[in-house]
Amino acid sequence: MSAQVIEAPKQHISLKKVLSPIHIWGLGVGIVLVGEYMGWNFSVAKGGALGSLIACWVIGLLYTCVAMIDSEVTSTVAAAGGQYTQAKHIIGPLMAFNVALYLVLAYTMLEAADATVFGDLLQEVAGNFGVANLDPRPFAFLCIMFLAWLNYRGVFVTLTFNFVITAFAFVAIILVFFGVAPWSPGVVLHHADLIHGLPYGWIGIIAAFQFGMWYYLGIEGTCQAAEECRSAARSIPLGTMSGMITLVIAASLTWYICSGLLPWEYLGQATTPLYDAARVTNSTWMQVVMFVATVFSNLASANGCINDASRAWFSLSRDRYMPPVFGAVHPRYRTPYRSVLFLIPIAVSIAFTNLLDQIITFSILSGLLGYTFMSINMMRFRRLWPLGSIHRGYIHPFHPLPAVMLFLLCTTVYFATYLGYGSQLLAIMAFFIIASLWFSLHRYKFVKRGDQFTMPWPRPKGY
Amino acid sequence: MGFWQIFSDLSWAVSVLMAVWMIYDTWRVQQEYDESFLMSSREGAEELTAKETDK
Repeated sequence: MSAQVIEAPKQHISLKKVLSPIHIWGLGVGIVLVGEYMGWNFSVAKGGALGSLIACWVIGLLYTCVAMIDSEVTSTVAAAGGQYTQAKHIIGPLMAFNVALYLVLAYTMLEAADATVFGDLLQEVAGNFGVANLDPRPFAFLCIMFLAWLNYRGVFVTLTFNFVITAFAFVAIILVFFGVAPWSPGVVLHHADLIHGLPYGWIGIIAAFQFGMWYYLGIEGTCQAAEECRSAARSIPLGTMSGMITLVIAASLTWYICSGLLPWEYLGQATTPLYDAARVTNSTWMQVVMFVATVFSNLASANGCINDASRAWFSLSRDRYMPPVFGAVHPRYRTPYRSVLFLIPIAVSIAFTNLLDQIITFSILSGLLGYTFMSINMMRFRRLWPLGSIHRGYIHPFHPLPAVMLFLLCTTVYFATYLGYGSQLLAIMAFFIIASLWFSLHRYKFVKRGDQFTMPWPRPKGY
Repeated sequence: MGFWQIFSDLSWAVSVLMAVWMIYDTWRVQQEYDESFLMSSREGAEELTAKETDK
């Protein structure tokens, strides 16, 4: 076949700038909201219902710090790659490489976990219709392939779709909240009978922090879309902060509904707590709404994860931290299409292992390492480029309090993780040390060092 | 063959079709466009003009 090759050596192709704050809200909340439908409730098993509520608000504080810091830095470093690009400009290549790996692993594993749960949900529905032991893998596969196909074909449709299904999942929580008549305690909700203090004392609350991260894990993914926003300086802070407010409301309502309907011993090990809570009410409309919303929240999370993982991988490759072939942009759809395609078999193979708890733990730990970096990054950013030295779309208040608080809260969550998953924590640390050695000794020689710093900033203070 | 078995088989088939379409499209783009153009994206680079975008 003879094909005409279109040469355009002097022209640049770029990702399409079409996103607005609602897309950023849909991306951030979409990744996270699945945590309200499942996952957060394991914190109840560690600290009881009250312990879980304390974890919800303390970890909410951690993520508020993350959102504030991210909004300020990303409104200045508006490029795909998010925290990776921030690390590259503010700290250095080795940190940037590690941060990008955290991002790719956290999002790809979360995507695989979402697809696994999607398959399991359909298997359960088939079971309710009398079809036992239906293979969930084709549904998990379809979930990944459909969303990857959507991501391949364009970011606008992908994130508009995410906004719609995420908004439905959020509104569903509010509808069920009003459906359980919170103004009449003791009629549907029975908090007084079901909540019995702290079953494992204060150490239980600390242990609950690890699963408390499920309420918000992934909101920082908004900044991956910075290069595709019409105005990153406006869209990222607005989308991220409104997303964080949405999540605090959704998390508190979720806890209130579930802890008033289900005993903490059951809630602590339930797979789909919100759907189970709807079933306890015997209301058909609430069960239907909760089931559809659970499926939608799963799809939204997987969709956002594909978007973010591909942008992080694309940025790494564009800077030659990884083979540059993945740094290509589709000439028609203007998406990082090779990165989207490359990550599909990885996500599918992880999903098919069916090791859901291990996948989730690895995803949480990768995220946590990223947040720890952000506190250090923020301190250095303000020191090298003080206020007034460069244009910032958003300036977060009370610096350095959020950065210090973020670091201390991350340290506490490491301790919480060590209590329950010490060996996984050590394994992931070993993995990143080996990856860092590989990068320093082998890969760094391919990096174009002169092209690393792309922002039009003045020379940093002290250099 | 019941509904769920058909749904299951259809899921495999549609997934494989989408994978084949993406691989074909990737191959087609590689044939039609110069590699240096596809990889010319730069951090902070301005939008491509409408003429190139529509190709």
